[in-house]
Amino acid sequence: MTAVSVAAPKRLVELTIDGETVRVNEGSTILDACRRLGISTPTLCYADTLTPVNVCRVCVVEVEGARTLAPSCSRKAEPGMVVHTDSERVRTSRRLVLELLASSVDLSLAADAQRYMSIYGAEPQRFGESATVAQPVKVDNDLYVRDYSRCILCYKCVEACGEDHQNTFAIAVAGRGFGSHISTELDVPLPESACVYCGNCVAVCPTGALMPKSEFDLREAGTWDEAKQEQVDTVCPYCGVGCNLTLHVQDGDIVKVTSPDDHDVTRGNLCVKGRFGFQYVQNRR
Amino acid sequence: MDLRLLDAEPSDAERDAIDAVVGGAVQNGGRVARADRSSRHLLLPALRAAQRRIGFVSEGALGYASRRLDVPPADAYGVASFYALLALEERPADVLHVCDDLSCRLAGAEVPAGAHASPCLGLCERAPASLRTIAGERPREVQLPETGPPLPQAGDPGLRLLRRIGAGLDPGSLDSYRSHGGYAALRRAVELGPTAVLREVADSRLLGRGGAAFPTGAKWEAVARQPAHPHYLVCNADESEPGTFKDRVLMEGDPFALLEAMTIAAYTTGCERGFVYVRAEYPLAHERLENAFAQARTRGLLGSDVMGTGFAFDVELRIGAGAYVCGEETALFQSIEGYRGEPRNKPPFPVEVGLFGKPTVVNNVETLFNVLEVVNDSGAVYAESGTEGSTGTRLFCLSGHVARPGLYEVPFGMPLRELLELAGASAPKAVLLGGAAGSFLRPDQLDLPLTFEDARAAGATLGSGVVIVYDESADLVDAVLRIAEFFRDESCGQCVPCRVGTVRQEEALKRLAAGAGNGNELEVLADLARVMKDASICGLGQTAANAVESAMMNLGVLTP
Repeated sequence: MTAVSVAAPKRLVELTIDGETVRVNEGSTILDACRRLGISTPTLCYADTLTPVNVCRVCVVEVEGARTLAPSCSRKAEPGMVVHTDSERVRTSRRLVLELLASSVDLSLAADAQRYMSIYGAEPQRFGESATVAQPVKVDNDLYVRDYSRCILCYKCVEACGEDHQNTFAIAVAGRGFGSHISTELDVPLPESACVYCGNCVAVCPTGALMPKSEFDLREAGTWDEAKQEQVDTVCPYCGVGCNLTLHVQDGDIVKVTSPDDHDVTRGNLCVKGRFGFQYVQNRR
Repeated sequence: MDLRLLDAEPSDAERDAIDAVVGGAVQNGGRVARADRSSRHLLLPALRAAQRRIGFVSEGALGYASRRLDVPPADAYGVASFYALLALEERPADVLHVCDDLSCRLAGAEVPAGAHASPCLGLCERAPASLRTIAGERPREVQLPETGPPLPQAGDPGLRLLRRIGAGLDPGSLDSYRSHGGYAALRRAVELGPTAVLREVADSRLLGRGGAAFPTGAKWEAVARQPAHPHYLVCNADESEPGTFKDRVLMEGDPFALLEAMTIAAYTTGCERGFVYVRAEYPLAHERLENAFAQARTRGLLGSDVMGTGFAFDVELRIGAGAYVCGEETALFQSIEGYRGEPRNKPPFPVEVGLFGKPTVVNNVETLFNVLEVVNDSGAVYAESGTEGSTGTRLFCLSGHVARPGLYEVPFGMPLRELLELAGASAPKAVLLGGAAGSFLRPDQLDLPLTFEDARAAGATLGSGVVIVYDESADLVDAVLRIAEFFRDESCGQCVPCRVGTVRQEEALKRLAAGAGNGNELEVLADLARVMKDASICGLGQTAANAVESAMMNLGVLTP
């Protein structure tokens, strides 16, 4: 059932993007307007289900009259705004952001970032020998692993763990500058932290830095193969909430569970049972 | 929130120190009562108090502060680990922070074993300088050397902002301030009424002195007419731009004047509560301001009925913990509110959505000092001095290779060369104008008139009034590398262009300095400058390449 809004109808805002006029609801972002026009815009730290933090800066656009570029994911559309999404300035900044990330972080599992890099012609190797965030994988529990050498600090996991989804607040950004990192209090292992293993951080991670242990083990063994996987939608059997589950099945085994972002009940979120409690299905005698 | 809390307990001393900030804990069946959730803004003061008691923030203290303020421990850890002066590992109670920044390294600064290297401590006129922090039952911080040279222009009848300092004023006495004409401006403001004061400030064409040169009148008017309440007033006294010490001199030497100016600003813009955010490295300023606030409260110049007018206003001192970025106004709000000092995206601007999400006036210390002159003399008279685009006088912080380092006040429009002569600079090889976020000038550019508009036209900035002089003996490569290191250290880490860009910039410069370039450094540096300027969230990243670029383009440093 979809709730019917009884709020006053929103006013429309008219703006120009890449020469085309578009009208969007007041309060919409430039990104919303770009999508309305079918202009594809790269995003890394943005997600439909989370409050924009506008930190990755890969979605920047040029707003005429502004001194700097604006993050389209969070900058509100204003009447009469003239926006350019494919100017040389925009392309340079997007390319540089991708080069800076790729030169410091392992993006090999970040499909979106890989795609953007080829679109914008990013060449991260041109910085030569550079500092990176490479570090050992943290495997401290049986449900998910944390490989912060893949972390682009998009803040999504922090938001999902905090006010946007779970309200557990087990992790935060700690440190400063290039040393900033996602951390539990005093960097204690997850089992000693406030983590409740809902895995909603794993669900929003765009780079594979957070990964179900089941997937991690198969990747380590070299047997993870998405081409062989099929996705089966079902309803979680544990309680009466009715969360939708998407089972990722490879060779007849469930290897990962997610939930669709656009599902009314879950918005991509699950609890520890729904996300990780699938082993009983395949306990074969 | 149902928080999972750290197991470690604080010592009694730590508990008392935190309670002194947060308020005493009420025992409730063995459970410590939590403060109201809206007390999160006390997190930084609580952590600071714990560290000042035992020398570092222990696990027990972090957990106790989290519990009392209802802040998740991971979140509190994120805040504590953000600030350079908060230590999360045990260390001696007595710590020496030795400045090895621009001016101090020109004066031969060396960091002895066991001491901590520090970015600019704002004591450039007495370089090389350091700061001793001593934790304990009676914690204290000492700026070293304890005193610097007196104001070079003391007694000069042309002085406006600096006229009371060193001229018989006792900075600890309200009576002394009044006998030097203090509180005449507030009286006049009250006679005029808020609308007329707004007009005077607009007529004065006063521009902000913190670095961005925004018209003060426009800012005040925008806040005054905001329907959302309460309005907040914030004095940005976090001056951390390497080479800047003007606000420190003002706060140490004439603290009541800052308070009077803040009271006028609050009266005019409808603020009942003000904050002064001072960097942690300025202990004498903290002490003098606290004393000034206390005296003003007992004399009815702060409180529920200021000067018997029915206008209510009070001020709180907030102290930073070692983060240059907190001088950025929105990072400063985050810091006061108890979060990491990560700047917010603008718009919305502080005049609409500022401290605690409310309309907020943010003014630099020097800007506020000018308000007293505007109100005393009228905006029109004030605007007669200086130039068309830059009215009034300006403070400049002279350091480096000059005979008479210190704070100078000159009318806008004076050529840089004349200012350098005042300070006794002979034949400079280069001048850094505006600080690490400013730019290097060549000897043939010294006829630049010191105004906002002329600086802008020359591709430079007056910034926070920094003038660091480099003579023939100076190592400019060393200066450029230190600036790159500074930005790398001080980047908050939030956005990619600045977090990684400042690192790549430093790496490329180091390769060039070592003669080990890859052949593409100039192109890489130009690209980094562009992305940091265009796509960083705040002014830190947007200016992180300025001085480096100017040194390379103007002076040919590290260029073939």
